[in-house]
Amino acid sequence: MQTVFSIAIDAFAYGMVLFIISIGLSVTMGLMRVVNLAHGAFAMIGGYIASYAAQDLGLGYAAAVLLAVFGTVIISIPIERLLYRRIYGEPELTQVLMTIGITFCIIGIANYVFGPTLKTIPLPPALQGSADLGFRSIAVHRLFAIVCGLAVAGGLWYAIERTAFGVKLRASVDNASMAAALGVRTEIIYAVSFAVAVGLAAFGGVLGAELLPVEPYYALRYMVTFLVVVSVGGAGSIPGALLACLLLGGIDTTGRYLMPEFGEFFFYLAVIAIICIFPRGLAGRAR
Amino acid sequence: MNRETVTKTMRPNRSITRDLIGIAAIIVASALGYLLFPDNLALLTRIIAIALLVLSLDLVTGYCGVATLGHAALFGSGAYAAGIAAAHYGITDPLLMTLAGILGGAIAGLICGVIILRAHGLPQLVLSISLIYLFHEFANKASSWTGGSDGLSGISPDPLFGSFEFDLWGQTAYVFGVFLLLAVFVLLRFLVRSPFGMLCRGIKEDPMRIMAMGASPKITLIKMYVISGAVAGIGGALNAISTQVVGLDSLSFTQSAEALVMLVLGGTGSLFGALMGTVVFMLFEDYVSAANPFHWLTMVGALLIGVVLCAPKGLYGTAADIITRRLEKRT
Repeated sequence: MQTVFSIAIDAFAYGMVLFIISIGLSVTMGLMRVVNLAHGAFAMIGGYIASYAAQDLGLGYAAAVLLAVFGTVIISIPIERLLYRRIYGEPELTQVLMTIGITFCIIGIANYVFGPTLKTIPLPPALQGSADLGFRSIAVHRLFAIVCGLAVAGGLWYAIERTAFGVKLRASVDNASMAAALGVRTEIIYAVSFAVAVGLAAFGGVLGAELLPVEPYYALRYMVTFLVVVSVGGAGSIPGALLACLLLGGIDTTGRYLMPEFGEFFFYLAVIAIICIFPRGLAGRAR
Repeated sequence: MNRETVTKTMRPNRSITRDLIGIAAIIVASALGYLLFPDNLALLTRIIAIALLVLSLDLVTGYCGVATLGHAALFGSGAYAAGIAAAHYGITDPLLMTLAGILGGAIAGLICGVIILRAHGLPQLVLSISLIYLFHEFANKASSWTGGSDGLSGISPDPLFGSFEFDLWGQTAYVFGVFLLLAVFVLLRFLVRSPFGMLCRGIKEDPMRIMAMGASPKITLIKMYVISGAVAGIGGALNAISTQVVGLDSLSFTQSAEALVMLVLGGTGSLFGALMGTVVFMLFEDYVSAANPFHWLTMVGALLIGVVLCAPKGLYGTAADIITRRLEKRT
């Protein structure tokens, strides 16, 4: 019972971190049809900025998180303007090549600026320790990650389903040229959603630093995980991404707890099975 | 693509000239490599092995339009098949080891083809990534057969044709590799121009129409995947024979991604592009990582971004475009 409970909590927290990082990727992929392999690199930049702010500048956790999110968004704006703009609507292979190139550059620069060591982001005292639920105590940090994940999911759901911006966003996802013809400024929609996606990636990178440690090869190591989540969930779908994160987080964590020697074997086996059964993702729609 | 096909069918003589030029270019380039870098034949042999991998990737990506980030699965299976044949079954004749590599690669090609072709677009990419990780984990766990993370050692190939030893300088391995590459190149030139190769191109352009014509895209693509596996298997076997070890890195995601990068760098849908991309990328990587180990990843990334921005059809595709435009102007 104890094991089941701790696996469930860990899986839930891990799934929520995955969700925060990959939901931005899912929305931008559904919107702009860009296979963006550099998304993990933005999460990594967020982690590095937060670590620098907290350790070297001595800022508090909240300030470090804010700095990381806004810093990463500011870094991403010229990258979007100069590089991503050129690959919208290009063939998949070109997009893969360009975004792998961006990832390599960011890894190389991070390695040079911050060194190849693992970076930690010190947690504030309030998030250390563990909370007593009466029958069992769990780490506050895990709880915090879960709450943040749920808040992000709820906020995005509200923004997309209930606001004017969300209506325009959904219209652009379904048919960009028709939306543009009806007077939706699609470039602004693209730019805003790209910025939100990058900001969320940075936030997830900082929040998940305990589970996915920040180091230069972060971008390559977890890139695959994020892509897998998006594709299993179905690009552009928030419920799909949430379901995929919980499912894959559960499979991965259970596999690690019960059969650590088989590593990621079962994770990828499950991914292959799911995609073979649902080629468009769990919540994907036929096009 | 279409215009090229038309000119080829109209002027069959010219494509044969191009074949001869291609063969001559491979021979001249390999002779030059031998003369210029006599101390670095191991690198050149590795380039040939990877070139076979990239050629095989070109068959499914360039000619059939299947995007895959897991093609090293076929390469690594060929390498392990050749290595296991030598280390566990005592089949140490290099030609038989190559045959084992072809078989191993073809079987892996069949498995990967059946699974990868179930989806399209992003799910297809993710399936291919999952497959390469699965192969990697499997080879890691089956360590009594594959040596696990220590690599499979104890491969000592017999002298080629009983008289040419695989020595420390790697001359035999290099010449063997060049001949394998030439044979594969000639066969593939025939293959891509055959009705089967044309059918594959047709599927890439418009699968619905091919179905309407009465052909089955899926079975055709699976056949192409098996052929591609055989070619990648030759590359893997060559790598196993020349280095005499097979490591887990031959089944890695990084190797697959690099192969795709080389292919797109050279230009998809053309055998020359695949060869050119491999040579340029491998030499560039070797030079930059030796010159500045700290920045090489940044440089490789910058090279990729530069290619996408300046030469979107790849090096060979862009060069060929410029040359045909010049020729058209002259006539």
